[in-house]
Amino acid sequence: MDNILSWIIWIPVLGMVAIAFIPREKQDLIKKVAAVTTGIQLLVAIFLWSAFDATNGSFQFMERAEWIPSLGISYILGIDGLSLPMVALNALIAFIGVFVSWNIDRAVKGYFALFLLLDTGVMGVFLSLDFFLFYVFWEVMLLPMYFLIGMWGGPQREYAAIKFFLYTLFGSVLMLIALLALYFACGETFDMQLMMERAPFALDGVVWWGMSAIKVIWVLLFIGFAIKVPVFPFHTWLPLAHVEAPTAISVVLAGILLKLGVYGMLRINYTMLPDAVWWFAGALAFLGMINVIWGAMCALAQKDLKKMVAYSSINHMGYLLLGMAAVIAGGSVNGSNLMAAQAGMNGAVFQMFNHGTISAMLFILVGVIYEQAHHRDIEGFGGLASQMPIYTAIVALAFFAGLGLPGLSGFVSEAMCFIGAFPVFRTIVIISTIGILLNAAYFLWAFQRMFFGKLNEKYTNLVDINNRELFTVIPLLVITIFLGVYPRPFLDMIKETMNILIDQVVVVGGIAGIF
Amino acid sequence: MNNLLSISLFWPELLLTATILIAIIVDIFSVSPNANRISNCVIIGLLATLAAVFLTDHSPTTLFMDSLAFDPFASFIKSIVLVSTLLIIVISRYSNEFEGYHTGEYYALLCIMVFGMFLMASAIDLITVYLSIEVVSLMSFILAGYLKNDPRSNEASLKYVIYGAFSSGIMLYGLSIIFGLTGTTKFFAIRDAIATLDSSSNLALTLSTIFVLAGFGYKISAVPFHFWTPDVYEGSPTPITAYLSVAPKAAGFALMIRFFNQVLVESDSLSTIGWYADVSFAWPGLLGVISVVTMTMGNLVAIQQNSVKRMLAYSSIAHAGYMLMVFPTISSEGVFAVMIYLVMYLFMNLGAFFVLIYVAQKEGGENFEHFSGLGWRMPIVGIVMTVFMFSLTGLPPTVGFIGKFYLFVAIINAGPSFYWIAFFGAINTVVSLYYYMRVVKTMYLDGKPSEEIIVPPFSMTLIFFVLAIPSVFFGIYWTPILNWVKDSLLFFVQI
Repeated sequence: MDNILSWIIWIPVLGMVAIAFIPREKQDLIKKVAAVTTGIQLLVAIFLWSAFDATNGSFQFMERAEWIPSLGISYILGIDGLSLPMVALNALIAFIGVFVSWNIDRAVKGYFALFLLLDTGVMGVFLSLDFFLFYVFWEVMLLPMYFLIGMWGGPQREYAAIKFFLYTLFGSVLMLIALLALYFACGETFDMQLMMERAPFALDGVVWWGMSAIKVIWVLLFIGFAIKVPVFPFHTWLPLAHVEAPTAISVVLAGILLKLGVYGMLRINYTMLPDAVWWFAGALAFLGMINVIWGAMCALAQKDLKKMVAYSSINHMGYLLLGMAAVIAGGSVNGSNLMAAQAGMNGAVFQMFNHGTISAMLFILVGVIYEQAHHRDIEGFGGLASQMPIYTAIVALAFFAGLGLPGLSGFVSEAMCFIGAFPVFRTIVIISTIGILLNAAYFLWAFQRMFFGKLNEKYTNLVDINNRELFTVIPLLVITIFLGVYPRPFLDMIKETMNILIDQVVVVGGIAGIF
Repeated sequence: MNNLLSISLFWPELLLTATILIAIIVDIFSVSPNANRISNCVIIGLLATLAAVFLTDHSPTTLFMDSLAFDPFASFIKSIVLVSTLLIIVISRYSNEFEGYHTGEYYALLCIMVFGMFLMASAIDLITVYLSIEVVSLMSFILAGYLKNDPRSNEASLKYVIYGAFSSGIMLYGLSIIFGLTGTTKFFAIRDAIATLDSSSNLALTLSTIFVLAGFGYKISAVPFHFWTPDVYEGSPTPITAYLSVAPKAAGFALMIRFFNQVLVESDSLSTIGWYADVSFAWPGLLGVISVVTMTMGNLVAIQQNSVKRMLAYSSIAHAGYMLMVFPTISSEGVFAVMIYLVMYLFMNLGAFFVLIYVAQKEGGENFEHFSGLGWRMPIVGIVMTVFMFSLTGLPPTVGFIGKFYLFVAIINAGPSFYWIAFFGAINTVVSLYYYMRVVKTMYLDGKPSEEIIVPPFSMTLIFFVLAIPSVFFGIYWTPILNWVKDSLLFFVQI
């Protein structure tokens, strides 16, 4: 298959065009078209996963076409061990998302058209190897997301949607300035591979207003990506957006969109400005620690189940930042500890994937109970275990995955992040472990309040999770358990790319290093 | 070139003059109040002029004893003016604001204004600069007050006249000082004369340039010469508002580019532009501040508006600010970026105003509440307006993004000392998102799916698509525009 990457990006757009031609009354047909479209995309992604050469960490399935030659803009796509898991995750979440949205009854046509456009935007970001193209996809995502939250969301949806939009745009305009600065520094090209080669050296010793240009660009890019992750203190849009968004959009938001920020940092900050990683790693770990503690504390205080899950995302992203910061263990002043760097980086990417599956699962499960009870107040339930046994069992597993119980995938990646970060950021890691405790506390406490005790009289009419909902949760659950027991297949896929990335930071960053 | 020879390159203007005369004559002899016949004549005349602009091909030179420049840059601005005029005439025929008015001379006045802008695009003599600005201004005053039974329109006209008289007076004073310093009115002679001035004239030169800037600032509505803009834009007939926000602005920028690039620079060719060294005044800083203040003011006040028309008026101030961002850099990249932005701005801004005209007609007003739920009732209008709003914000894949992108390219390329301007430009983009999205929000989020769907008449739909499709298409593939602008980036320069 030629142009397989183009296909995987543009298939949803084809679906969108098809939906545009379906009369709005035929809601079922629209949903089916969306399901088929994302289904095909998922099959392509699975094929991609199997065809990917794991022994080669560099870009594969490359595509290249001229776009605007006078500005050095091309259409370049490629996939490596960093983007492959994200592409697979996105295809999976999009497919599941369609079924989660099955009960949407208002403006169905617009909903699924925008949903597919969002899918294309996200795929495009993961597969672009041209910075301009990357930026375009990055922005294209915002439009459908604004409408999906703003039109199909909860009572405060308008405020949530515009806040999300303003925050993200603020980040991306800073990114645009950084992008242009890099563009001129690298000899007027947007080709990311060329930029990765040239940027580390091109900006050496350049000083802007008394600051190193590398640091300035790094910070601009970092803010742009950190808003998406979200890293404290840029996180305030997230709980609001999550609470107001419809279930499927929360699933996509937590499952995929949050990963874009981390992906951007690894793909761009780490490769193009490797020496600044050395400068910033400490701050990154520190911010990770704040994310862990802050997210967990906030989650503990929530009465709204969905908000609690939203804050748990902030908490989980903290572990990931710790793992990312561990890359400098690969050549620190205390001597080289490549193992720690590998554990941290692999753990971070693994955590990206696991958080994608686990948080998607959690949001689906929140949606299941919300659809029946029409509220999400943790205190308002109680004793659901007897009323909804299957649901209870699945929620228990999902909560355990969320709190990092050994045997489930979340544990493996969190442990890897901690192991990686420990040799370099000992104090920070020790403090962060308090977060694990709080993490367990909020999940278990919520579980206890919702499912144990006496059944609230109001809820004797609740029925257990239905087949459609099971269908959306089971695949995620299976992945979580499988990767928790046997993470090798996943880690083998990303290992080589991570080694290249670590090399870029440690070796190239070390040579170019001015810090 | 002497006067007689110049005529051969003056074809577009001659055709335009003929169009004006025909319009007036047909108007005198037409009995029916319906002015369609006149507008048809004018459309044909303007199309012929447009063809003449493209066909009159010659290497850059001057006309009429060095008072006008004939170069691709002038032709470029002329084409923009013509295209926007044609679109405005088409929409004016549709607009119901002129019902009950005799519109025959309306079209003639528009054409005279076009003539003025043609001169603005090519003026290289202080006298022509002033005269062309005055021609455009006088016509704008009349057109802004065209609805003589509407007090707001009268107010608009009066305010416009007062501010116009004030700024052109200041400008004229500045021009006279320049003449006093150099003893000539020709741009290139002034440039050479400035080179021989000693430093004791610096104050006079700086002051006179600031005075001249007042005239330009007034035309492009840059802070602090913008005070007329909101009231005039609100009171004028909406087609004229749309027109004022695009065409005279393009001509004003053309004049400003010429003046700064050809009078106040040291070098003799555009590619090696540098600020005139002897003028010991921080021009880049001043222009940068004007740009930042203009866009910030425009955006912050636009947020508070309840009328979409007034909101678009303030947003057009902000867009002038964006274009001004590159002036401090005085580079050919900067001029290039402004030219691209003018093309992109034409599509998106006229589009937004045209939707406004249609909505005001259908819903009976131009406030935000009239847009409420519009996206559900009029799907085509809603989608098209969303495209224009996104484009005006500067989000890909629309032309607005490409325009802004080139502006940022020019600034970043100019070096770190200009980055602060880019930073403010970027932040302002975020601010502007809020009020542009408010339109989109009102159209979609504040309404319910509606059973009854209104489709605009075919001619309207066609105009909407003529503006909306390029707004997206050129946002994805803008090489055609790039090539056109590249070919047009050629000035007449006297060594």
